[in-house]
Amino acid sequence: MTEVIRRYGPVLTGLILLAVALWLALLVVLPQIMMVDFSFRPSLPPSKLGGPEDVYTVKNYATLWTNQIHLAIFIKTIWASALVTAVTLAVCYPVAFYLAQVAPKRRLPLLMLMLIVPFWINELLRTFSWYIILAFNGLLNSLLVGLGIFDEPQRMLGGDVGVIVGMVYVYILFMVFPLYNAIESLDRNQIEAARDLGAGWLRIHWRVVLPHAKPGIAVGCIMTFMLAAGSYAVPALLGGPQSRWFTEVIYNWFFEGGNWNQGAAYAFILLVLCIGVILTAMKLFRVGLTDIAK
Amino acid sequence: MSADRFRRLLTGSYLVIFFAYLFLPLLVMSAATFNSSRFPTITPWMGFTLGWFSALWADQRMWSALGTSLIVGAGVILVSVPLGLAAALLLDRLHSRAKTFLYALAVSPLLTPGVIVGISTLVFWREWFGVTGGLFLTIVAQSSFIAAYAMLLFSARLQRFDLTLEEAALDLGATHGQVFRRITLPYLTPSILSASLLAFLQSFENYNTTLFVRGLETTLTVYIASKVRTGLTPAVNALSLILIALTVLGAVTYEILRRREARRAAGTAGAEG
Repeated sequence: MTEVIRRYGPVLTGLILLAVALWLALLVVLPQIMMVDFSFRPSLPPSKLGGPEDVYTVKNYATLWTNQIHLAIFIKTIWASALVTAVTLAVCYPVAFYLAQVAPKRRLPLLMLMLIVPFWINELLRTFSWYIILAFNGLLNSLLVGLGIFDEPQRMLGGDVGVIVGMVYVYILFMVFPLYNAIESLDRNQIEAARDLGAGWLRIHWRVVLPHAKPGIAVGCIMTFMLAAGSYAVPALLGGPQSRWFTEVIYNWFFEGGNWNQGAAYAFILLVLCIGVILTAMKLFRVGLTDIAK
Repeated sequence: MSADRFRRLLTGSYLVIFFAYLFLPLLVMSAATFNSSRFPTITPWMGFTLGWFSALWADQRMWSALGTSLIVGAGVILVSVPLGLAAALLLDRLHSRAKTFLYALAVSPLLTPGVIVGISTLVFWREWFGVTGGLFLTIVAQSSFIAAYAMLLFSARLQRFDLTLEEAALDLGATHGQVFRRITLPYLTPSILSASLLAFLQSFENYNTTLFVRGLETTLTVYIASKVRTGLTPAVNALSLILIALTVLGAVTYEILRRREARRAAGTAGAEG
């Protein structure tokens, strides 16, 4: 602390501390604490606030266990997000490996730019582009009917499959960059050495590249899972009443059910799920927080 | 050697398919703008038209949503860039467990799902200050995590800062305010520009967080989502096409700035070494 004051002087240090305190307290920590506090209280009309009924309760959390539909949606959100994560990992690994180890140096800047540009495009627009393709009179149906695979167009929007396909597309780039960064730091000589010693390519990947890429795999999986589980845009656009996502249930508690306390409890459950996934991945792959936020 | 060639062919085709997968949906969406069909699709092709651009131009709700997005974006720049700068300046000078703790706290909003950032902001401001959803809360909620992006950008640049410059200025009798204005701030100017651009783009495209704190305001992304669900016409594609073109422009500019910066950093490191 003394070093901070020595470097910036008392006035500037005061301003810096004030700004950081405001940000972390008012915008980050207190809202989270308030949300959790709120989730343990019953939903009461203003006249009863502070009255005898205004006590802490786990009722809002019990709702998820008793409401079979919500519980099923919650569980589906977990496995579908895990599936999205696994598919993106499988699709991205070869691309990341090629870019990091195989691609000629002069071709790399263009290839990277081709990855970065779609990454910048609005998530909602990327979702919308799949809406156009999956629509009843969209490209995919015309193609499949034209090739004689289907006799007539099929409904591809409004179900879980459409949502999952869309999510893989929208979140794929959050997997590619962490993987690339991790594999890029692998010394190419290690691969050469393994090859000279007679290892096949499968063995090289399994024993040399993959272990080295662990931090990248962890970061990519954490980001993808979190984005998928917390996604609202993709299920809202590509899904329907039969394929509701947990975030949509939360939204409905707030803006249709009018029960904010209940919604806050569901939101906290989603947050705990994500923290659990982050901690598990960090332990499993032995990476720290600084590796993740790059 | 034929096995090697086979593998190269396999890798090549995989890459082609991968990049086609990345770009084809966007191309199809853009192409549908020019089809005079009432529903956005490219099959069947009903003839070329530019009519959906004029339909978009005449849409009053689109213009007001754009206005809202611009105001929110400007607000987010004004809030998140100074906050991120302050945090980066502070963390740069700390070397203890306090640093690890503050760093974890500061990046935690990046690892929190966007809907939860929105919900916690909404609940907190209503319960403590009686503020309900609207422009103000949208700016606050978005800034809470966009400030973390800004902080990471500033921290990266501060790591390469030559501290002796500040030391020399202080030894020569400059005040702390002068050092900050004349040395630190000019050094950070490129990062201030890129952080502002990043903050604006992040704010502009945000949907998940905005949805919960927007109140009765409609940003452009909220407007697009509502149009897709009710009243979808190729005018939405026209808007998407324009936004994609602007994003590509922004992304390429940002990349050029970043690469020039990286080259310069490599250059100075080389000169020192």
